[in-house]
Amino acid sequence: MAGASPSLAAWLTTAEPQSRLQARLGHFYQVFRRLARNPTAMAGLVIVVLLVLVAIFAPLLATHSPIESGDLRTQRLLPPGPVFWLGTDDQARDIYSRLLYGSRLTLAVVVLVSVIATPIGLAIGTVSGYFGSWSDRILMRITDIFLAFPRLVLALAFVAALGPGIENAIIAIAITAWPPYARLARAETMTIRNSNFIHAVRLQGGSSARILLKHIVPLCLSSVTVRVTLDMAGIILTAAGLGFLGLGAQPPTPEWGTMIAQGRRFLIDHWWVAAVPGVAIFVVSLGFNLLGDGLRDALDPRSSR
Amino acid sequence: MKPSLLEVEDLHVRFPLAQGMLEAVRGVSFTLGHERLGIVGESGSGKSQTGRAILGLTAKPGIVTAKRLAFDGIDLMEAPPRLRRSLRGSRMTMVMQDPSYSLNPVMTVGQQIVEAYRAHKRVSQAEAREAARAMLDAVKISQPDRVMALYPHEVSGGMGQRVMIAMMLITGPDLLIADEPTSALDVTVRIEVLRILDQLVAERGMGLILISHDLEMVASFCDRILVMYAGRIVEELSSGNLDQAQHPYTRGLMGCVPKLSGDRHPLPVLTRDPDWAR
Amino acid sequence: MAGAILEARNLSVRFGVGRLTIAAVEDFSFALQAGESLGLVGESGSGKSTVLRAVTGLNKPAGGTILLDGTPLAMPRGLAFYSAVQMVFQDPYASLHPRHTVDQILAEPLAIHRVADPQPRILAALDEVGLGPSYRFRYPHQLSGGQRQRIAIARALILRPRIVLLDEPTSALDASVQAEILNLLEQLRRDLGLSYMLVSHDLAVVAHLCERLIVMRGGRMVETTTAAALRDGSVTEDYTRAMLAASKGFARAPAGTSLSP
Repeated sequence: MAGASPSLAAWLTTAEPQSRLQARLGHFYQVFRRLARNPTAMAGLVIVVLLVLVAIFAPLLATHSPIESGDLRTQRLLPPGPVFWLGTDDQARDIYSRLLYGSRLTLAVVVLVSVIATPIGLAIGTVSGYFGSWSDRILMRITDIFLAFPRLVLALAFVAALGPGIENAIIAIAITAWPPYARLARAETMTIRNSNFIHAVRLQGGSSARILLKHIVPLCLSSVTVRVTLDMAGIILTAAGLGFLGLGAQPPTPEWGTMIAQGRRFLIDHWWVAAVPGVAIFVVSLGFNLLGDGLRDALDPRSSR
Repeated sequence: MKPSLLEVEDLHVRFPLAQGMLEAVRGVSFTLGHERLGIVGESGSGKSQTGRAILGLTAKPGIVTAKRLAFDGIDLMEAPPRLRRSLRGSRMTMVMQDPSYSLNPVMTVGQQIVEAYRAHKRVSQAEAREAARAMLDAVKISQPDRVMALYPHEVSGGMGQRVMIAMMLITGPDLLIADEPTSALDVTVRIEVLRILDQLVAERGMGLILISHDLEMVASFCDRILVMYAGRIVEELSSGNLDQAQHPYTRGLMGCVPKLSGDRHPLPVLTRDPDWAR
Repeated sequence: MAGAILEARNLSVRFGVGRLTIAAVEDFSFALQAGESLGLVGESGSGKSTVLRAVTGLNKPAGGTILLDGTPLAMPRGLAFYSAVQMVFQDPYASLHPRHTVDQILAEPLAIHRVADPQPRILAALDEVGLGPSYRFRYPHQLSGGQRQRIAIARALILRPRIVLLDEPTSALDASVQAEILNLLEQLRRDLGLSYMLVSHDLAVVAHLCERLIVMRGGRMVETTTAAALRDGSVTEDYTRAMLAASKGFARAPAGTSLSP
């Protein structure tokens, strides 16, 4: 799968790396090779890479403006055809172009939510699991409170308080997304904290902060990464749901959920208006799910013997 | 002449891995009568895989091949899975290293022994309980009724291993494969478990294969010893003639263990000759 | 006792709270002389490993004092303690961080103790345990059990401690590898003037490495004896004698059983 030349592959897989960098790269190469052996994971990876490429090159790929309307008399609700590849919506906008620009929003939601939620979850989970006793009890009760709220309802309340908009939707989703990561990181930390290699660091005089940051967090990171990747589908759907309810991105922003909401009125006669962004959400969610599943196998050396 | 209890000829166990084929066992041949046979080797020598292959317990995706693998005249390579399953447990069985992993944690010891018995014998619950009680008595458990009501986590390591032996022997098998049965136990308990095993094997006339890394222990227990290295048998010895071992690996293995009498500083180190693995 | 570099007086360690309290170590004392190698022998549950963990501060003692060079140690132990006392664990598979290279593992203690110019120290530490520089950037899963234990020993010695606590350092290893590690430990002790405290269930291993040993059972001391006394069988306690007999291997049909051979 890898386009690596034989000598590069040998350099990466050597049993005697000559530098820290080579050892690290070799490790990633092994993970990638395990991932590459899994066809569904590769399908997921291809979808995710395509999403990123489309988001980057949207202005080059788009055939029309995603915001400005065309001729409202002749170009409304046209079916897919040679000029408008995926048809037009009720504002005579090219759906294909809107879809491309919409991928930027989807990607932004995904990236921002994971960048906000992962560190919160990791920090709370590892501190809670490592120190135990009262800090564990306090932090876990807070986590429980957040877990007990239905995600969409909490996000709704949050957006209602701050006002609709994609930024507030992202903050709302991030705030509801971290508790599972904290739980996961805590469980993982509790199994790691009593292992001998952590004792060994303590016996070298390493501080708790050092043990947490340099030894425990990197170990929790892989399982949390897998979980975040698997949650991406849910995050995209929540963002789309908020958009659909009119509480996320506001028209005319080409957000996929908002696009479905607008197409809902023409569902029977002009199915493509709602179906195209719906398929896009489905494909991207599926891609993240497949990738996350594959990553779990690739990152866990036990499952890939 | 009556066929031997177990005939193994040219046994191979292979594991296809990403890096190529791992040959765990490479052409092992031996026959076993109603005797105690020891298989000795270090980790990775293929000794456990040999025992598992005989019972048909090789983990997936392992591939087992043999010119002949016969138990009491039954060709195991040709036997349908159903027959092998029913042989396993009723006529051939295995005791493994750590009893805490081999017992079901949510069933009492008594239930497990009864279930093991009833899986192979059509008897009533009461008869099975009686048999279990007698079996626990045979492994020198003084209060069988009390122990039968315990859960696995409530019994000590030595007791657990005796329970395992009781469970494995209750169906009256002809062949017992014991894979490191005492390695997880304390030294003083170890001897006790070995003594029980020894007595049962003698009384019931079973064939026993004892797999271990501990050459001295195996030599003191078995009639015959196979020394394995890198998937092959490098030497066969009768236990009285340990000091006449020819192969440098066997001699090295004996020499490198610290001894209470005649200790050497530094200890002689085993230099592995690539020729041994051929 | 004069000259003891590490000493424990009336040490006790308890686990659990309230009525479920278990005394793992009770009223245990020892004194390790400079340059000596002291063995702690016992079966599982004897509290021998707990003594080591109490010395290092991993377990908090419920009573008694531990002294280094005659000075009582406080909790938590300071950096000075850890540069004087280090430990090697039983299972080399569990004592090395699975995602760190040998280089990172050996660099960690140097970074904690702010040692300037760690590179030559890492190479020297590898050389000391008989591993070449080619092992430096490997991950633990690319090493054999014996090589991992060598790395663990190198990590313990890289800060140049005076005392090394060895918790069953060879019991997870094959016999031939055990011999190599025992020889290495013996040679390092001679070359670096180390004092060892060795915990093991194996009398022969303890007798090989230690001059003096303490037999433990149920968290208490059974007897203090010497390797020479073990060899000629002149031990005083029945329990020690039973362990000694058991370690000689299985003997068929000894007196007292009705079994006919």
